[in-house]
This record gives sequence, structure tokens and C-alpha cells, in this order.
Amino acid sequence: MKKNKKPKKVIIEKASEMPPMPASLGSMRVNKTASWRSIKPIINIEKCTSCMICWKYCPEPAILPTNPPEIDYDFCKGCGICIVECPFDAIGSEKEGK
Amino acid sequence: MNGSDTLKKQKKIKLTLPEEEIMSPGHLACQGCGAALAMRYALKALGRKTITSIPACCWAVIDGPFPYSAAGVPIYHCAFETAASTSSGVSHALQQLGKTDITALAWAGDGGTFDIGLQSLSGAAERGDHLIYIVYDNEAYMNTGIQRSSATPHGAWTTTTPVKHYKKGPKKNIMEIMVAHQIPYCATANIAFPEDLIKKLRKAKEIQGTKFIHLYAPCPTGWKHSPDITVKIARLATQSNVFPIYEVENGIYSINKKIAKPQPVSEYLKLQGRFRHLDKTEVDFIQKEVDRNWTRLLKMEQAFGKDSE
Amino acid sequence: MKRVLTGNFAAAYGASAARVHVIAAYPITPQTTIVEILSEIVANGELKADFVKVESEHSAISACIGAQAAGARTFTATSAQGLALMHEMLHWAARGRLPIVMTNVNRAMAPGWSIWADVTDSVAQRDTGWMQVYCENNQEVFDTILMSYKVSENKDVLLPTLINLDAFFLSHTSQVVDMYNQETIDQFLPEYHPEIKLDVENPRSFGALTSPEYYYEFSYKMHQSQEKAKSVIKQVGNEFKQLFGKKYDLIETYKCDDADLIMVDYGTIAGTAKESVDRMRQKGLKVGNLKIRYLRPFPKENIRKVLSNTKAVGVIDRAISFGQEGPFFTELKSAMYGLDIPLFGFIAGLGGRDVSIMNIESMVAYMQNNDPKDLIWIGVKK
Repeated sequence: MKKNKKPKKVIIEKASEMPPMPASLGSMRVNKTASWRSIKPIINIEKCTSCMICWKYCPEPAILPTNPPEIDYDFCKGCGICIVECPFDAIGSEKEGK
Repeated sequence: MNGSDTLKKQKKIKLTLPEEEIMSPGHLACQGCGAALAMRYALKALGRKTITSIPACCWAVIDGPFPYSAAGVPIYHCAFETAASTSSGVSHALQQLGKTDITALAWAGDGGTFDIGLQSLSGAAERGDHLIYIVYDNEAYMNTGIQRSSATPHGAWTTTTPVKHYKKGPKKNIMEIMVAHQIPYCATANIAFPEDLIKKLRKAKEIQGTKFIHLYAPCPTGWKHSPDITVKIARLATQSNVFPIYEVENGIYSINKKIAKPQPVSEYLKLQGRFRHLDKTEVDFIQKEVDRNWTRLLKMEQAFGKDSE
Repeated sequence: MKRVLTGNFAAAYGASAARVHVIAAYPITPQTTIVEILSEIVANGELKADFVKVESEHSAISACIGAQAAGARTFTATSAQGLALMHEMLHWAARGRLPIVMTNVNRAMAPGWSIWADVTDSVAQRDTGWMQVYCENNQEVFDTILMSYKVSENKDVLLPTLINLDAFFLSHTSQVVDMYNQETIDQFLPEYHPEIKLDVENPRSFGALTSPEYYYEFSYKMHQSQEKAKSVIKQVGNEFKQLFGKKYDLIETYKCDDADLIMVDYGTIAGTAKESVDRMRQKGLKVGNLKIRYLRPFPKENIRKVLSNTKAVGVIDRAISFGQEGPFFTELKSAMYGLDIPLFGFIAGLGGRDVSIMNIESMVAYMQNNDPKDLIWIGVKK
């Protein structure tokens, strides 16, 4: 997952710029789902053993398979699965917008 | 930086799933969506050479509106009841065009599989059309706002089975229906066990004919639980024998996970708001049904297991 | 190569000559022999294609949609109830801009069960976005299939075509059909290579959620393609004439130039009507016939041009739009708007009832002796 890839916003101003049928022209990566969060998970790298279970169970996915794993806050929706699944209690949280 | 930190940084990460992400984030799935995990894993298993047919279901919306897409593979959005027939068409086209290294994948919810899509699924399976059919089962018509389907389990609240009239009657046994079609491969899988799902999909990909995967995918919005316990609930479903993990390969049954000490079903039910109204009699009834179905499955494995023929 | 073929055989061999890749079809009287012949020629290797023996017409068109989207040239055939069952997916194929070609054997809608000729089945699908053409004879069926693939697949059109032939009058009646030779057909209709398709090298989603911000423009574009199709149909008709000698257009006129009275019709009735025209001309009546081939796109301009100098027009509809009038009659009126010409709307032949030369002569007599009327039921026992 390339974290810094800049997805293009698709601008359509008239019918002639559209394909004949609704066929996609870009990636949903333009939609930064960060705004969905009310809780922000935070990985405590002291406790983290890089087991990668958080990476495994992220539905977006918004966790990078780095060592230690990094949360991609552009897309994390704050579901909290990583917090619950971490076997080492290494992910804490804080209220979003703190 | 102390010694243990250095060790940690030198330690190689061991990933139990393929690293490459095909599905991208930014999609419209609810927080904690089981279906999003389901697709993420399925694409890791099958790879980029996959053409999906997706009927009306949550994924018809999760992928994003025109002009965007999140899946990373070609998707043909098709009519509600046509996941299997559309995918049959794709499969035959690929064969005629010599593109036999591309997988035709039908990806549908329980509504589009157990109910309105059952005919076209049965047709494709009977013909043995070369495709993989995955039903991600969240046990109701979730995309349209949580209405009951024939996959809704006994006791569940939905908007069309409200608390005063909650769903009574068993969940349709789609696995038995598909096994009855005598297709080469049927299997259940669970988003809580992605390694097992990926192994099964890779196996399915190598088989000629129709392959069917019943994939359990909890829905926080419809099951009324907090989004952080989606995987936990999915795991509990198998640990309490509500959703056993097994395969039927050419009619031969093998149960992949035999839980030594099954959790009582009440542990599974109490985490979900859709079961909150159930009294002890109902919970006991559900436990009895779960035990009965599990015993039947064990007997099927005994009668039709590896050493039975 | 000339053969004696029924309309159904002509349809099947037309699809074969068009080198379709995938056929998905479900049997229904009187289409069944199309499906049977295709099964046979796929099985004996004459036609290199996959024949998907689907479990319903809804699945037939759905499979064609999937196959076409993946880059295959597809074909299916049906009739009445089957076409009606496909209805939801007809919209899908058209809005999905998939150049599928389907043969429909015009049969009456049930209840009661009727297997005989009636055009209500295809007329009821007018608004789905499919192009629709009506054939008068089996040669036209064979030729129209070849031309329709070329028209539908044109990158400015990209719309499916429904080719109609009357139940039993064409489907099961043998006529001489010239099947030309395959090399010339291949020259006329090259391989199918769509620009936009399901492609793992360029993954896209097709048919996703489309907001009011875009849906309106997609509809606009689709309509523009129907309009553009008019000139493509003409152009393809001319190319066809160059290679095969037969000329086809959106409409066909027969002795209309000096006609005082013109009959307008479609399907097999047109053949009977032309025979009636000849007989009436022998008796000194200056009658002409206008055969409408395309219901969609509706050739308004062509029709208006042909009819604007005549003194009376009679439309023969083998269908009724309940609560209104004959559907082609309504369509024609839209072409004649503002012209002060008496128009007569005849209903005939519903449910397979024969429309004879005598019937047509009585329609002409009616037109000569009565004021214009929107709804005249020929031969109804009341």
C-alpha cells in the first residue's frame, strides 16, 4: 500500500466527457474516510510486538504492514477492531478532535 | 534506544496473509464492516486476475459511486437476482476469448443468494459453469435497511421481523442446497479466520466447475453491536458451533475446526442487540438447535467423510 | 449459397454467420427451433461458440450481458412470455450500452395461452432503449442479423438490437434465403473488439451508484446514440448493398411516389400489403405501401417525407395499446404532426388471426368512404 500515492479527483463538466455507460474513472482513495472517526486508535510501540494482527483485521485497510505497524489516519474510520483484537493491549485510543 | 528496541526493529514481520492490498481504503462500508473484510481477504486470495459480478447488496454501494471504484478489480454491477447468471456469462466469454487464467467471481449477499438469486445460482451450479460463487452472509437485507432474508436466524430482530414478531423458523441451509447440486466444492468460511478462507479460495480457484463459499460476515449496523467486536462475534459464532467451518469436496465432508469446548450460544447472542428480546426459553431452544445441527454435521462427516467411499 | 429455410433457421444461421462467441437461450414456442439448430451447430463444431443452456429467459439475457461486458459477441432468442420475463434486464442491456442482438418471435401475450403472431410483446419493450426492427421475410431476418451486429457495435451507437419476426408466418414458414459466403460476411462484419470492457489490465466498475448529477447525462447520451443510429443504419444498409446486392433502410417504400392513399405496416403484413397494392393498382387505385422496419429509433423524418404528399394514410397495427390505440399509429401521428392528412388506425391480426389481401382491400375501401378514425377493429366479431 503506497501511502503517499495521490489519487486523482475526477472532474466531469459535460456529457461528452462521460463514458457511454457509468464506468469508473478513478479510485475511491479520493474519499478520505478520516472524517468518520469519533475515536482515534493509537499504537503504543513500546507494547507492540509487530504481530500484525491489527493489520490483518482492519476492514479499510488503514494499517500499513510496517515494523511496527502504522495507522493510516487518512482512512481510519475508528471502528476499534484493532484495539479489541490486539493480543498485547498495545492499542489505546483517544477521542477524535482532541 | 535500548537493546530490545533494536531487536524489535531487526525482527522481520511475519504476515499470515498475502501482503498486497488490491482493495483500497476510502470505500463506503460502515465502521467495523464484516463484508469489507470479506472482500479484502477474497481479493488477496484470488489476485488481480479476477472479474467480479456484484448484484444489489451492500457491496453495490461499498465500492463507491460513479465515477470511482475501490475494489481494484473489474466489477460488473448486475441486477439483484443475476449474480450467478451474469458470472456464468463472463465465464463463458473468458473461455471463448482464451482468457482462461482469469477467475469469474460472483460476489453476493445472503438476500441475493438464498432468496431472489437462488434460481440463477441453482442454474449455474447444475450446468457446472466455471466460476466461484461467494455469498457473504450478514443474515438480512442490510443494504436496504435490515429486512429479513431466509438467512436470518431464528430469534433475530429485523425491520420486517420486529420484536413482537421476531423471526421464527430456521435459517435456510444453503450449504446443503449447494451440496445437493453435486458441484465439486462447497465450503463455509468466516472473516475471523482469514487464513482458512484464503486457503479455501486458492483451492477453489484450481478446480474446474462451480465452487461455492458460504462466508460469515457480521454486520454491526444490522446485528446491533459495537463495530469493534465484529471479528470477535464472528469468531464466537464458530466457537459456539453456530457457524461450523467445514468443506464438502465432491460430496466428501470434512469439518475443518472442531471446537473442543464450545461456547454456550448465549455468549454469542448476548453481544448482539438483535437478540436482546429473547427470553431463556428461546435461548435454550436456539442452543438445542445449534447442538442438533452440529451433531448432524458430525454424523454427515462420519457417513460421508474421507474414508467413507 | 441459397437454401430453403424457415425464419427460425434463418435466425440461427444468421447468428452463426455473425460468428457469435456466446449464446445463452431458453426454449419457448415458437422460438425453439432457433435454440435447437444453434445447439446442433455448436455441438458439431460448425459454430465455435459456447451455448449456455440457461434455466430461464431472465438468466439468458443476464448471461449475455455478462458475456458481452467481458468482450464476447452474444446472441439470444425468445418470444412473448420470455421477452416479458427479460424486461428488467432489457433496460440493463441497453443502459449498459451492450450491443447484444436478440431475435424475438412475435407471439401473443398470455393469458390465455397463445402461440400465434401478435406484436404486443415487442411493442411493450419500446422504452427500454433497445433498437427494434421488424422483418417481412426470412431473407430479411438473415440479413438483419448481420447488419444489426454492425450497427449495434458501432462505437457511436453501442445499443442492443431486437429483431422481430412473426410467429409461424415466418418462424415456421420456409422461404428461399441466400446465405452468401462466409468470407464476404467476415469482410462485412469484422471481429468484435470493444473499446470499453471488463479488463483485468484496466480494472473499472460498471453500473455503480449514479447520482442525479450524472444519470440525466447518461440518459441524454443514450438517446443521442439512438438518433445517431439512424444514419449508421443507413450507412450499414448501403455497405450491405455493395457486398450482397440487397438494399435496406429504416423504412421501405413501395409505389408511394404518386399514391393517393398509403398503407403503413410492418412484419409479414407488409408483404401481404404490397401484394394488395399491386392488385388495387390493376383496378386503377393509386395505392402505395410504407413498411416500417425500425420502431426504435423511430424514423420520423423519413416517414413524414414519404407521407406528406399523399391524401390518406392507413396504419395496420398487429398490436393494441389498451386504453389508447394501435402503437405504431400513435408513433406515426408524432411524425405527421401539423400535416393536415387524414389518418386511419386499423387493428388487425391480434393473436395470430390472418390478415388477408381482402382485409387490406376492405381497409382501403373504408378509408375511401369514411372520415378518419383512430381505432378501427378489422374483422372483430361484435
